[in-house]
Amino acid sequence: MDVAPNWYLALSAVLFTIGTFGVLFRRNAIVVLMSVELMLNAVNLTLVTFSQSMGDPSGQMLVFFSIAVAAAEAAVGLAIVIAIFRSKVTVDITEIHLFKH
Amino acid sequence: MFFLLATVAVAAALGMLIARNPVSSALWLVLNLFCIAGLYLTLNASFIGVIQILVYAGAIMVLFLFVIMLLNLSALPELEEIEWASIGGFAVGLVLLSQLLYMVALQFELGVDPVGAEAAAEVGSAASLGEILFTRYALHLQVAGVLLLAATVGAVLLAQRRFQ
Repeated sequence: MDVAPNWYLALSAVLFTIGTFGVLFRRNAIVVLMSVELMLNAVNLTLVTFSQSMGDPSGQMLVFFSIAVAAAEAAVGLAIVIAIFRSKVTVDITEIHLFKH
Repeated sequence: MFFLLATVAVAAALGMLIARNPVSSALWLVLNLFCIAGLYLTLNASFIGVIQILVYAGAIMVLFLFVIMLLNLSALPELEEIEWASIGGFAVGLVLLSQLLYMVALQFELGVDPVGAEAAAEVGSAASLGEILFTRYALHLQVAGVLLLAATVGAVLLAQRRFQ
């Protein structure tokens, strides 16, 4: 690696915060799910940075399983969005309040 | 190389945050994922870099784009008034960013000496990761397979037409 690991960690922090802003501010449920993927990617970047700088492959195994879980999460989350869209005909999360009476 | 990829990654993430159309959001996120894959390659983590392109940019983002086009979404209308909750969320995000950057700026010690580029390339290669994946993490691999099967069944069940 040509630059210090701290630069990778700082980039990861910035990407994680952008993902947090996406979750907090966007009203489209699909964009919220994409922001969660961005946050997962930021954490994966941190794990790979530490794993490579310490020479320990366990961190990259964790990233491998985290990618598998992210795939499962995306599939189930999008299926829920489709199911909600069928009944409410919107993906605006401010319009969706199924638990409210 | 790092600074080029990092700049494009942050710009693409901001583009995803700002874009009003969900399709352009998804395409910005694809660009961001490719940049992160390039960053993995600069870290000599070749296996994870290839997995990132194959699974994230290849499979997951295609799923997102497929759903966006299936639902035929248009951009949501603008909110006219500024809500206090948005200002609170902005403050929370800024506090989070400053905390994370402060922790990074502390220049903490890892406890072990950083390994060189050759050792890092050896650790990140598909051969060494495959060896540890099928020995120490074999059970975890099986559990991940079961999880993916359950997610597939659950997604099909949830997206069925008669599910209410």
